[in-house]
Amino acid sequence: MSTVQPLEPGSRYDLRVGISPDAPDESAVKDEVGSFGYCHSYETSSRYDGPGLRVVLFLSGCLLRCSYCHNPDTWHLKDGTYVSVDHVLRRIADFAPSIQALGGGLTISGGEPMVQLAFTKRILAGARRMGLHTAIQTSGFLGDRADESFLSEVDLVLLDIKSSDPETYRRTTERDLAPTLRFAERLAALSKPVWVRFTLVPGETDDPTNVDGIARFVAPMKNVQWVEVQPFHQMGSFKWKAMGLEYKLENTQPPSRDLVNRVIEQFRAAGCQAR
Amino acid sequence: MTASAALRKEGDAGDCWRGFRPGDWRTSISVRDFIVRNATPYTGNEDFLAGASQRTKAVWAKLQPYFADERKKGVLAVDTKTPSTLLAHKAGYIDRDNEIIVGLQTDQPFKRAIFPFGGLRMVEAGIKAAGFEPDPAVHETFTKYRRSHNDGVFDTYTPEIMNCRRSGIITGLPDAYGRGRIIGDYRRVALYGVDRLIEAKHAERAQIDDMWPTDEIIRMREELSEQVRALEDLASMAKLYDRDISKPATNAQEAFQWTYFAYLGAIKEANGAAMSIGRISSFLDVYIERDLKAGALDEARAQELWDQLVQKLRIVRFLRTPDYDALFSGDPYWATECVGGMDLDGRTLVTKSSYRMLHTLYNLGAAPEPNITVLWSNHMPAPFKRYCVKVSRDTSSLQYENDDLMRPFWGDDYGIACCVSAMRLGKQMQFFGARVNFAKALLYAINGGRDEVSGDQVAPQTMPVVGEFLDYDDVMAKFDTTMEWLAKTYVHAMNCIHYMHDKYFYERLEMALHDRDILRTMAFGIAGLSVVADSLSAIKYGKMRVTRDATGLIVDYQNEGNQSTPQFGNNDDRVDQIASSLVTSFMDKIRKHPTYRNATHTQSVLTITSNVVYGKATGNTPDGRRKGEPFGPGANPMHGRDSHGWLASCLSVAKLPYKDSLDGISYTVSVAPQKTHLSDTQLLDEAVKAFDVYFDRGGFHMNLNVIDKETLEDAIKNPDKYPQLTIRVSGYAVNFVRLTPEQQRDVISRTFHGQI
Repeated sequence: MSTVQPLEPGSRYDLRVGISPDAPDESAVKDEVGSFGYCHSYETSSRYDGPGLRVVLFLSGCLLRCSYCHNPDTWHLKDGTYVSVDHVLRRIADFAPSIQALGGGLTISGGEPMVQLAFTKRILAGARRMGLHTAIQTSGFLGDRADESFLSEVDLVLLDIKSSDPETYRRTTERDLAPTLRFAERLAALSKPVWVRFTLVPGETDDPTNVDGIARFVAPMKNVQWVEVQPFHQMGSFKWKAMGLEYKLENTQPPSRDLVNRVIEQFRAAGCQAR
Repeated sequence: MTASAALRKEGDAGDCWRGFRPGDWRTSISVRDFIVRNATPYTGNEDFLAGASQRTKAVWAKLQPYFADERKKGVLAVDTKTPSTLLAHKAGYIDRDNEIIVGLQTDQPFKRAIFPFGGLRMVEAGIKAAGFEPDPAVHETFTKYRRSHNDGVFDTYTPEIMNCRRSGIITGLPDAYGRGRIIGDYRRVALYGVDRLIEAKHAERAQIDDMWPTDEIIRMREELSEQVRALEDLASMAKLYDRDISKPATNAQEAFQWTYFAYLGAIKEANGAAMSIGRISSFLDVYIERDLKAGALDEARAQELWDQLVQKLRIVRFLRTPDYDALFSGDPYWATECVGGMDLDGRTLVTKSSYRMLHTLYNLGAAPEPNITVLWSNHMPAPFKRYCVKVSRDTSSLQYENDDLMRPFWGDDYGIACCVSAMRLGKQMQFFGARVNFAKALLYAINGGRDEVSGDQVAPQTMPVVGEFLDYDDVMAKFDTTMEWLAKTYVHAMNCIHYMHDKYFYERLEMALHDRDILRTMAFGIAGLSVVADSLSAIKYGKMRVTRDATGLIVDYQNEGNQSTPQFGNNDDRVDQIASSLVTSFMDKIRKHPTYRNATHTQSVLTITSNVVYGKATGNTPDGRRKGEPFGPGANPMHGRDSHGWLASCLSVAKLPYKDSLDGISYTVSVAPQKTHLSDTQLLDEAVKAFDVYFDRGGFHMNLNVIDKETLEDAIKNPDKYPQLTIRVSGYAVNFVRLTPEQQRDVISRTFHGQI
């Protein structure tokens, strides 16, 4: 476990959530088929993570280290609580009828849901058996791991493309861009519905050339239903402080309305359905 | 004429009833029958609505300085000399040329009257707190010649009840002021006229003349005579305003005026905590429709009637004391009006006037009163649902209650008394009983009946918890015993209160607008349900070490388990079941004890703003709540603990069993307005869906605020910028700037959810 200080209660990210007395002792279980996994937290009322009202399950474990990450408390696998798939599905089942009535579904986010691929797949499959629409929110960095059978459990991929420029991508995430682009192309070939998400961070990702690059890459893809521009915000900054991490964006302001509009227009000009 | 023939006599209504579809309502007093036969359901949208008229604006402008002054100074004027009755004050006006609906509680707007029949001490405390001097003549009368409700109650209270009052385990009891929560069927005056109502009362009386005079029969005869006198006084009161209400109203204008006079009579005669107006919109709509068809009225005039009636409902004032204000903050009086709902045949009761009533919030601006309550049915027309949600978003002034849940219990002509108490209009009343501090009761159980703050032995001495840790089964057994004692003491106190209230402070007029034979409920209540549920969950799923003070009193708790414990408000059955079973268990215990006048026991999970006061008086609780911290309001989860979004929070609350809390389950949700990529219409549609889901899952009540914390913080700093900022608290709405600083902080500390 990393050295996480107690977080502000009431945050949907707070660590109290999901830590349950029925969670088995992780050391007692040897698991390679995804019957168990690490969950960070969940939220039941998101309108931002796919169509309708979403139950969002945050898994822990991520290989990227994005400078603007608002969930740094999910980076390490063992930041989460070790729980069984059955436990997770029972919890989701408590919400399934309401979520269905609200035209929503399950979105697995994180962290990076493909870090625990088998676990994620089992949860998605279970949710689908309940009749729920399923989505994953991913950086695509581990896209090569997502085989056909995994993708067949996913109705929608929320794919973060943080930059079109490998240098910028590396500076922002400390990782390579190529796997993400590869994954996007595969999803296009498979005609898998995708919402591309682009986080707009002033001074980091707002360069017009950077935006144009993504727009030109995405525009021809018929499977991309939306490009969503997500303005950077400071709501995760308290976690960086709580965890004793150095937060480089301390003084970065959220983008102005004008800047957001400029970027949306850039996407639209390239032929993307953007918002 | 025989008595029963008089009851069923065809009214001599002249042409007052021209054009109305006939039915049973013509021969017996049945407003419900009149409405279902004559209301015109409306399934369209709000586009037909009209703005405020010049006259409305003129009257409203005259009232603004009073509102502003009141915010600064509090009570503006008191008539300290004249105990309020129907005829105590001469006619009063705001702006005689422009008022189309007339009538004030006293001879001037914002001048408060006194009601010493409830209790002189309360009156004098209120007068002094307002900065005026009590009148010696009134003092002499009510000490030397005349006893009050308050005197009677305290003659019959036991030392045990007094201890409970003092320790704060039972508080807010209506033992020194009007009990309220009675809704006269004010519509009867418009539909039948006073003469016909008096005739019916004589007939009701004649039927019991040959019955043996038991206590109940004697009481009933006296009450019926009082009711007749009240109706006669009501007609005289109307004469002061040059109106003759002995006959039915002949047009919409008169129907509004007659109905309002009836309500005005009620608030001149009783200072109940809650004085609901009932369910008048769709009733009065019948008159508007008739006049519109005849060309005697246009939409602007129709709206004008609503706006001006609502203006009157916004300036009802009672003189209260500081203690009272702490429990019911912001000067509320719950002039609750219900709109919407369905009738028993499956037609909607939404009419154009349901819209007009909501539209007053635009024409006059947001306001806490009248306490507009949407009776939400999933079957209501979609455009109306959308309009309600829009009004909520723009004004935070509405509350919602589940018509589909209540209709099977109360039919299709019930109103809401106060916040959440449903009652069949003219056929049911309640004996209001405030609430007990449920969290304190749990602490008494742990401490063998000693109060955790004072150390006094309040409940009978029982075995306290021994040992270092709390054991769930042990605590539950002890709590069960405490609840038994509390229930019995509570019913005991309530019987004393309502016996004396009937005797000394009987609501003649409100009861004259009821049938003789009515259902009486006795409404008990609990505060702090989520604190208790979370505490018991902590004991069950954690490892709670106790800390004792020098006298052996357990004063603190430490969870030494390595895991946090389930908390109410997250749709987690482990704790939600505890909460639900507590509601049922306490209700069952209350039901064991006979009530005054054989009233039916009911219960509410409702706090008004008393969650702050109760919290202040309660020590540390095992759930981790610190001494003095507020409880969650109503049935709400504790602030900040419902951490998985509004859906999870809603679903927990929706599990609480209505059948065991028939007096209502209050739930307040605050939602921060957020920018999303959804269009306005989409957002409203999504919110409507959310309501449908919540109510479909058995949710009872939704008090919805759409506001962000920043606005509230700014309003604390700059109250003058936000004169009309309205927010919903537990079961009612208040002007935010009129809350006490403590309550303002409490509101801000509540969970704010993302966009619904």
